[in-house]
Amino acid sequence: MAGALQWPLRQRPGRRISTALLLRPKLLLALLILPPLLWLGVVYLGAMLALLIQSFFSIDAFTGMIQRTFTLSTYAELLRPAHLDIILRTAAMAAAVTLASAVIAFPIAYYMARYATGRTKTIFYLAVMLPLWSSYLVRVYAWKLILAKEGIVTWLAGALGVGSWLDALLSVPVIGGAALSVSYVGTFTVFVYIWLPFMILPIQAALERIPQSLIEASADLGAPPHRTFRNVILPLAFPGVVAGSIFTFSLTLGDYIIPQIVGSSRLFLGQVVYLQQGTAGNIPLAAAFCVVPIVVMSIYLSIAKRFGAFDAL
Amino acid sequence: MRYEVGGRSAPRTLTAAAVGGLLFLHLPLALILLYAFSTEDSSYQFPPPGLTLRWFGVAWGRQDIWDALGLSLRVAACSTSIAMLLGSLAAAAMAKTRFFGRESISLLIILPIALPGILTGISLRSAFNLAEIPFSTATIVLGHATFCVVMVYNNVVARFRRMPSSWIEASMDLGADGFQTLRYVILPNIASALLVGGMLAFALSFDEVIVTTFTAGQQSTLPIWMLTELVRPHQRPITNVVAVFVIAVTFAPLVFAQLLTRRAEGAGEGGVR
Repeated sequence: MAGALQWPLRQRPGRRISTALLLRPKLLLALLILPPLLWLGVVYLGAMLALLIQSFFSIDAFTGMIQRTFTLSTYAELLRPAHLDIILRTAAMAAAVTLASAVIAFPIAYYMARYATGRTKTIFYLAVMLPLWSSYLVRVYAWKLILAKEGIVTWLAGALGVGSWLDALLSVPVIGGAALSVSYVGTFTVFVYIWLPFMILPIQAALERIPQSLIEASADLGAPPHRTFRNVILPLAFPGVVAGSIFTFSLTLGDYIIPQIVGSSRLFLGQVVYLQQGTAGNIPLAAAFCVVPIVVMSIYLSIAKRFGAFDAL
Repeated sequence: MRYEVGGRSAPRTLTAAAVGGLLFLHLPLALILLYAFSTEDSSYQFPPPGLTLRWFGVAWGRQDIWDALGLSLRVAACSTSIAMLLGSLAAAAMAKTRFFGRESISLLIILPIALPGILTGISLRSAFNLAEIPFSTATIVLGHATFCVVMVYNNVVARFRRMPSSWIEASMDLGADGFQTLRYVILPNIASALLVGGMLAFALSFDEVIVTTFTAGQQSTLPIWMLTELVRPHQRPITNVVAVFVIAVTFAPLVFAQLLTRRAEGAGEGGVR
């Protein structure tokens, strides 16, 4: 500190600039926010807007050229049965994944919030956080190993003598397939595995906030534990579940890597977007498909807001 | 410890469900570790017919993997630097101010990780095409830096909020000008938050695959190399080794960032997305 202040006060270079800035806090603020704002505004928002505009263009069926005139025909194409099928299938998968994540996440979150203390709590916290930050691809890859026909699940089912159960599951139409790694069951499992931490953390946060006195009051008024759970704890934890569902639902809607690696040949929304912009070269249709998750999530968020999910984040 | 009253212990089914859930989250990664030593090279056979260290040597000698790793590290380093600069500028501006449009700006900073990566990816790709910018390392960095800013911002803005403005006033009262205050008071105080944010941004960029598939052109980062192998497996043993390497590389900075955040602030703020 002392070394810095050895300059005679008036001669210190930059002092005039810094004084000028400090006397004009609005200018200083503008200078600080301008570079990040320009970056995000030009690179990110600019690109987004360009994409949205292209969704109002169409592609010429004969020449394959993009026609730059305003039309809603690309959006009308979304309503074709084949496309509608893809949208509904993706939404159904997102809903199923969300439901399953909530069921698996709740006990973990409940244990973390209400029983784990000290060291156990730290270990649980780290155990939930680490997968969030570790490699997404590697975690998907692990399931390719697990679900392969010659992999550990088949081996385990054989060793436990329940191989016929696995075969029965795989022979169910639609969700089954030749092996777990090429079936919807497989895709579903991997989605749940990858997004589970996003569900655990908000539920845990909501549970942590329930005052002990409420639970004691419920017990004092004669409620047995399961009634306290159903009538006090569950309603108060529900905003946390909704908050978590925002992540699991949105992430499943937009993902195209997981169904590509573990899944059947019937496509999900993200894969269609990828194919349309890539091999098919139909940017307008890809852009229109991109608008679907945005619209779905906007509706979802406005509903979630009513349940108080944003206070639980 | 609020809930410890009476020292109750959890019902057995709850404990089982919680521990089971954690095992579900962590056993798959342990399995990859086992597979890296498997002698089987053309299927995912379990249990492995034998164990060997051979594949580590084979992977070490592969130039394409070194190239992919080099590109990933270069991209992560560049985008982290940009994100650290932009993120801390934004944090300094937003921490203790109120102005028109402030909420929209904070939404704009979070948006790149809140919306599905595929949207960012396809938008950037079509924008590059429209502007006739050829794909290169720079286009990858452009995409990565965009979603890394929020990592640095989140950590640094929390630190700025916690830093009393009286410290800055005291520094000025003692005769320091704005730049000296920045150098000797502000920077030392935000240093560890900046470091944690930077490490998280690095980890995020190093692992990113969705946006990268759209902005990379012909080049392969390590995740792109892995994705190609995952979709069409040609060299399973090598992929296993690379997967183990990636786990090791991403876990180390994360644990370190956690420890650093906990030590600096008593509770983890840095880890939360």
